[in-house]
Amino acid sequence: MKSAVIVFPGSNCDRDAKTVLAATGLYPTMVWHADTKLPNVDLVMVPGGFSYGDYLRSGAMAAQSPIMREVKAHAKKGGLVLGVCNGFQVLTEAGLLDGVLLRNQNLKFICRDVNLRVETTSTRFTSAYKKGQTLTVPVAHHDGNYFADERTLKTLQDSDQIVFRYCDINGETTADSNPNGSLLNIAGVCNAGRNVLGMMPHPERCAEGLLGGIDGAGVFASLIAA
Amino acid sequence: MKAKIHITLKNGVLDPQGRAIAGALHNMGYNDVEDVRQGKYIEVDLKSPNAESAKQTLDKICSSLLANTVVENYSYELVE
Repeated sequence: MKSAVIVFPGSNCDRDAKTVLAATGLYPTMVWHADTKLPNVDLVMVPGGFSYGDYLRSGAMAAQSPIMREVKAHAKKGGLVLGVCNGFQVLTEAGLLDGVLLRNQNLKFICRDVNLRVETTSTRFTSAYKKGQTLTVPVAHHDGNYFADERTLKTLQDSDQIVFRYCDINGETTADSNPNGSLLNIAGVCNAGRNVLGMMPHPERCAEGLLGGIDGAGVFASLIAA
Repeated sequence: MKAKIHITLKNGVLDPQGRAIAGALHNMGYNDVEDVRQGKYIEVDLKSPNAESAKQTLDKICSSLLANTVVENYSYELVE
């Protein structure tokens, strides 16, 4: 399997993504946002950071970058796309995922570990986990407050498209365990085709024991297990 | 032509920044302030043969980039 990591001006988690993808055997290539062709890959990763300085809205201008036309085509053909943090924001702005990420409810930039519950293992990104498993993964964001209208939220729930939710250490999705005000404690969702995943927490930051945690490694293990 | 564009949050979308502003105004003693919602004002200078084609361009610009139509509305005024 091969992968591409899209690099926008202001992306800063692209090299962490590359390190973990390479260690997992997903042979990553870095692709600049202004390129108009994607290499032939199975997975496109849209990394975290501050593309375009978060000007106008986080991910809004990155979503209009030339390469995104190719990423959309790749997703339309069933290709895998993983958006982390700013990448999740880009994917919602590009219309590849439902909803929008708003300013955190408490208005602060939040940079700490959170607990996540795996809501579904019926995706190419979570098959290595167990349904209901709790993970500890870091977040680092100012605009992670997931919003979608009632009809969209119902569809996400009915179609098993909510992939990760913020929870407490016991796996309960309490208000206290919600770092940013996201509706339904949503931390990550997939599209109807289940080939595009967006998540605010950073699995690529806890996939190496040396860095203090490996709960995020399951996302990459799921991907490589064709 | 100059377009004066207002981008505002749709009703029902929580605006914690607006709420923070209202709180600050209350702390300053303006207790008659009931609610505050924050939006954006953007000016676009546009070369265009006429108002009609300018509006067509502006609608596309606003709906595809300047506003996120999931949570935001836009309106604009065209000035020569």
